[in-house]
Amino acid sequence: MEKKNGLWSIFTRGIVKENPVLRLILGICPALAVTTSAMNGLGMGVATTLVLMGSTIAISLMRNAIPDRVRIPVFIVTIAGFTTVVQFLIQAFAPALNAALGIFLPLIAVNCVLFARAEMFAVKNKVFPTILDALGMGIGFTAALTMLGSIREFLGAGSLFDIPLTAHLIDPMLIMILPPGGFFIFGLLVALSNKLDKRPQSERSSGCAGCPSRVTCKNFETAKETAAEEVKA
Amino acid sequence: MQAIITILIAGLFTDNFVLSKFLGVCPFLGVSKRLDTAVGMGAAVAFVMVVATAITYPLHAWLLLPLGLGYLQTILFIIVIASTVQLIEIFLKRYIPPLYNALGVFLPLMTTNCAIMGVTILHFTTGLTYFEAMINAFAGGVGFLLAMVLFAGVRSRLEGNDIPKSLEGMPITLIAAAIMSMSFLGFVGLADGLFS
Repeated sequence: MEKKNGLWSIFTRGIVKENPVLRLILGICPALAVTTSAMNGLGMGVATTLVLMGSTIAISLMRNAIPDRVRIPVFIVTIAGFTTVVQFLIQAFAPALNAALGIFLPLIAVNCVLFARAEMFAVKNKVFPTILDALGMGIGFTAALTMLGSIREFLGAGSLFDIPLTAHLIDPMLIMILPPGGFFIFGLLVALSNKLDKRPQSERSSGCAGCPSRVTCKNFETAKETAAEEVKA
Repeated sequence: MQAIITILIAGLFTDNFVLSKFLGVCPFLGVSKRLDTAVGMGAAVAFVMVVATAITYPLHAWLLLPLGLGYLQTILFIIVIASTVQLIEIFLKRYIPPLYNALGVFLPLMTTNCAIMGVTILHFTTGLTYFEAMINAFAGGVGFLLAMVLFAGVRSRLEGNDIPKSLEGMPITLIAAAIMSMSFLGFVGLADGLFS
């Protein structure tokens, strides 16, 4: 029972407790850029989940063969490889989504969420827990993006998943699907998740631990300060 | 000349990387707390953007495309950028210590910066020539620096204000960024209006 609970919590923590976007504030570039509609948010989430699953499984399988000193380059190449594969799949089967996501599809390769999971989990764990972890984090990422996309699409275009709801009743607020709306709605969502999180500041997990740059960050004080204050906040 | 000015204005104002294309948002929010780190980070991004473009553009246009290997773009670019950053770091440390002291700590952060990767890929999706691509990378980098410096100023004003508890930290920073992004929307049409 103990073990089963462990696996279950590995799966669920990525969805709520350590949601990569809303709690750890990782991977915000795609989260802000493509969420002009609920559909784009969902598509980006699924694409990222596929890359995350593929690359973490591969890294977990290779974990005993990767020398510690070159692990970051290995992660980079593995993640970039899976990104290319997923990019091709989307180009072939969902050309409309490919056009909507544009440059942010190849940029999955530099998404911090993937490095964080590879560094914090996949390289230290067996394949099965890694699959659960990647799936949980992927679902959390997808849920956050879809939520952000739904809110922005509803307010900014008066529709949801391209189905018009209020578009003909009131004028939609176009600003919400423009860049400022992205920052604004995302800020409010993070505030809401801070409000709902009952844990004290010190117990909340920080995204900094998973960042490939954290070794460098620790070397200079300002970044350390920023990391400690900001990511927890 | 007109094309160059258009690219410069687009990179600096109308198509600012952070505020209208959402590239490089992580360092924009992470290291903009103090003016000195903001300037260092912004300058490092501008520098690496130009060097990375100078190397990746010929590789893609004159090596991958003629060989029909365009699909290797993502993998090749990320490897080239990662190794270039390492080389720049070693080179600056050895030959230009003052510049290393100013930018050194920020350089390793460049590999996972989507603004660098983004600018090198965008040159091809927008079909720029080599010279235009260099100008674009420079303009984009300086635009990033401009956004960082302006935002560092905004954030220093946020310090010590009475902010609702759940808005403290990241949320209020994002809302401030939203307002700044809105002010940059005011530049839309600037480049077109200049020559009409």
